[in-house]
Amino acid sequence: MKIRINIALKKSVLDTQGKAIENSLVKNLGYSKISEVRQGKFIDLEIAENDHNQIKEIIDDICDKLLVNKIIEDYDFEILSK
Amino acid sequence: MKSVVITFPGSNCDRDAIDALQKINSKIQRIWHQETSLDNDLDLIIVPGGFSYGDYLRSGAMAKISPVMQEVKRLSNKGIRIIGICNGFQILTESGILPGVLVRNQKMKFICKQVNLRVENNYSSFTSKYKNRQIIKIPIAHMDGNYYAGGDTIKKLEDQELIAFRYVDQEGNLTDSSNPNGSMFNIAGIFNDKKNVLGMMPHPERAIDVNNGSSDGLLLFQSLMCA
Repeated sequence: MKIRINIALKKSVLDTQGKAIENSLVKNLGYSKISEVRQGKFIDLEIAENDHNQIKEIIDDICDKLLVNKIIEDYDFEILSK
Repeated sequence: MKSVVITFPGSNCDRDAIDALQKINSKIQRIWHQETSLDNDLDLIIVPGGFSYGDYLRSGAMAKISPVMQEVKRLSNKGIRIIGICNGFQILTESGILPGVLVRNQKMKFICKQVNLRVENNYSSFTSKYKNRQIIKIPIAHMDGNYYAGGDTIKKLEDQELIAFRYVDQEGNLTDSSNPNGSMFNIAGIFNDKKNVLGMMPHPERAIDVNNGSSDGLLLFQSLMCA
């Protein structure tokens, strides 16, 4: 399975990069309708497993051990293709 | 005194740490991050500054799963003294040996300059040679030095006097303008519960000679020598 893990700063944590992007969009490019810009990251990977529960278990495990710092970040994942 | 300096791929302050240890005549072992066994009778482990693993993913995130960190964790629980400086501080928070996390500097810039720190607590083997509330000059050089932690953690750090250093102005006042990176409550360095682990963003090992701008960092290493 091809998986995409999306990682973003928690809403309660100031996202300085998102803020800088928002300022550029609004102030420099004039998109006054844009607000609440947040920047995150995604990690694509393949897992040789088809069972959804097993996949979730592996992803929770690797996010816990390495990919995500849960003090400041949240994550979710999507299955891109089989 | 027997000390270990760990080198990760991308560490670049390991040699400065060795220079500081030589000033206090410590025996020094250099350890590569793949090492799986450290001696039990160490007096000090230094997790040095730099850019371990290129700061990929998050600063310190990859280094926390380097084999040697299992040993660092084991020895931290045994009460061996450990100091994490800059990237070393980031590695110690990522590995859960110290609470909280270092996030991107508030103004999104790499900052390299000398700052004023206030010694918040000299009741530790790292800070005993300082006077309480002494103001010292130590350089910083980092992109991700903005200390962040949940409310409960901050309360615990305050209540149990586990804050080692704060960024201050020349008179020792906590001000926004003297806070270089946006750290909560101007926190520059913290201890663990037992005070055998210190993490700090400023570089005491770069402040051991007045000819390089300051020797205020030397007292930290001399404190460890007497402890």
